[in-house]
Amino acid sequence: MRWALSLALLVLVILPNFLGSYLLTVFIFIFFYAYLGQAWNLLGGYGGQISLGHAAFVGVGAYTSTYLSMTYKLSPWIGMFIGGAAAALLGGVIGYLGFRFGLRGFYFILLTVAFAEICRLIVSHLEPLGGALGLFITFTGNPWQFQFSDNRSYYYIALGMMLASVAIVGAVERSRMGAYLVAIREDEDASEALGVNAFATKLAAIVLSAFLTGMGGTFYANYLFSLQPNTAFGIPLSVEIILRPIVGGSGTLVGPILGSFILSPLAEVSRAYFARGGLSGVHLIIYGSLLIAVVLFFPRGAYPYLRGLLRRLPRRGAP
Amino acid sequence: MSLLEVRAVAKRFGGLQAVSDLTFGMADGEVLGLIGPNGAGKTTVFNLLSGFLAADAGEILFRGRSLRGLRPHQICHLGLTRTFQIVRPFPHLSVLENVKVGALARTASARDAAARARRVLEEIGLLAKAEVPAGELTLAERKRLELARALATEPVLLLLDEVMAGLTAAETERIVELVRAINRRGVAVLLIEHVMRAVMSLSERIIVLNYGERIAEGPPAVIANDPRVIEAYLGEEYVGAAQG
Repeated sequence: MRWALSLALLVLVILPNFLGSYLLTVFIFIFFYAYLGQAWNLLGGYGGQISLGHAAFVGVGAYTSTYLSMTYKLSPWIGMFIGGAAAALLGGVIGYLGFRFGLRGFYFILLTVAFAEICRLIVSHLEPLGGALGLFITFTGNPWQFQFSDNRSYYYIALGMMLASVAIVGAVERSRMGAYLVAIREDEDASEALGVNAFATKLAAIVLSAFLTGMGGTFYANYLFSLQPNTAFGIPLSVEIILRPIVGGSGTLVGPILGSFILSPLAEVSRAYFARGGLSGVHLIIYGSLLIAVVLFFPRGAYPYLRGLLRRLPRRGAP
Repeated sequence: MSLLEVRAVAKRFGGLQAVSDLTFGMADGEVLGLIGPNGAGKTTVFNLLSGFLAADAGEILFRGRSLRGLRPHQICHLGLTRTFQIVRPFPHLSVLENVKVGALARTASARDAAARARRVLEEIGLLAKAEVPAGELTLAERKRLELARALATEPVLLLLDEVMAGLTAAETERIVELVRAINRRGVAVLLIEHVMRAVMSLSERIIVLNYGERIAEGPPAVIANDPRVIEAYLGEEYVGAAQG
């Protein structure tokens, strides 16, 4: 298992040398959405607290570091952490309200959507942040300003972020907090009876999840060179974030990565294929259909299903 | 100082007085039975003691400390852990992971918690099922898992809510032996139970509730012969059973 992971890592490290610019972009998005999915997974997959407003954390992180960079020439490498902290603060507010008042299930989902929409509307009307038009980053190619003329740099940054998110969420998974989060997801009252402070655990999870997601915002801004409230805070981005862990297997470390490797290429292929036929937008229908199929046939995602298959294989071969 | 003091506790749900003016105490290491017909308020008493409900009136002291305003997890950390009448395992987690959650109340280390959980599983006789998802257990095993999880929090006082309901005579006997073994280590047990044979043989003292009020209290033999209890609940046949 260990050597297989090392091999996969080695392949990913040398891969950019063999990729054209289009495929490079595809991989960058695979890594980046796996990163965001992993951050969401901490709260939604392990803790069972479904947020459909995670775009708000991307937006807050992205706008914070970009504004600081454009106004005060602060390097986005530093702004990244400030953006993460700002997103964490927002996460703390959402978590405090939601968990203090015991919102569960649909009600918590609605709260997260509402907060994302509020953020979108506020930023749309703030002139210093570019209003509805948004912010545009001028390209200088200065690495200190998170800008690179070679796309391979973005590739390695996105890969690094994805691996870092696996390391962080993996550490949480093995800790007391991870065990408590899963227990809360399974049965919150029963967990409380066993000494689990559900409120504090969920609050810590949303703050950490928002922090990581907010840091991702800096990458988002500096890779796309522009920020619009409708995209950076929009529900479509929130949906993109949660699709990958759900398809891959939420509440597992592998899930968001596997989901991203399944969905991103599929989105690209269907987008390219249908756009050529003048049917742009059809890829979203394909997307939706796939999600329905996953929910119906693999309600716990692709990874738990594959793991089950792998476990059964040797048994079938035995006499 | 007594372990638990319940003083004039009352709880009302709308028009229903679930518990009224209930007062009782428990000594260290005691086994106390709480019996009464369905709807007598027994589980409400557990919910009040464990912090899942707040009392309308009265005071609950545990080891000399008021439980007013404390959340269930805080009460658990003080050493009072309850089980649920309708068992609530974490279904997708293995038996070991279930018990580990309880053990984490006493240690922050996941490795240490796993070791403690294994010890509890061995004692409860579930170690062979350690890696099985809890959702796949039989009812008897789930009841024992519920017990194991609570035990892993290392309680001073264990509240057991019908851990024998729905079990066969042999399974019930195993649980009785387990509870006895747990009590021998000094853990006090407050027991809600409908299985009379079990509650009569385990309890040093029994409190009978009816319509949220205590109608009798005393040693099992006395309770079984109390005409008020027989009238409210037990039925004639138990008089002979308790005397024999």
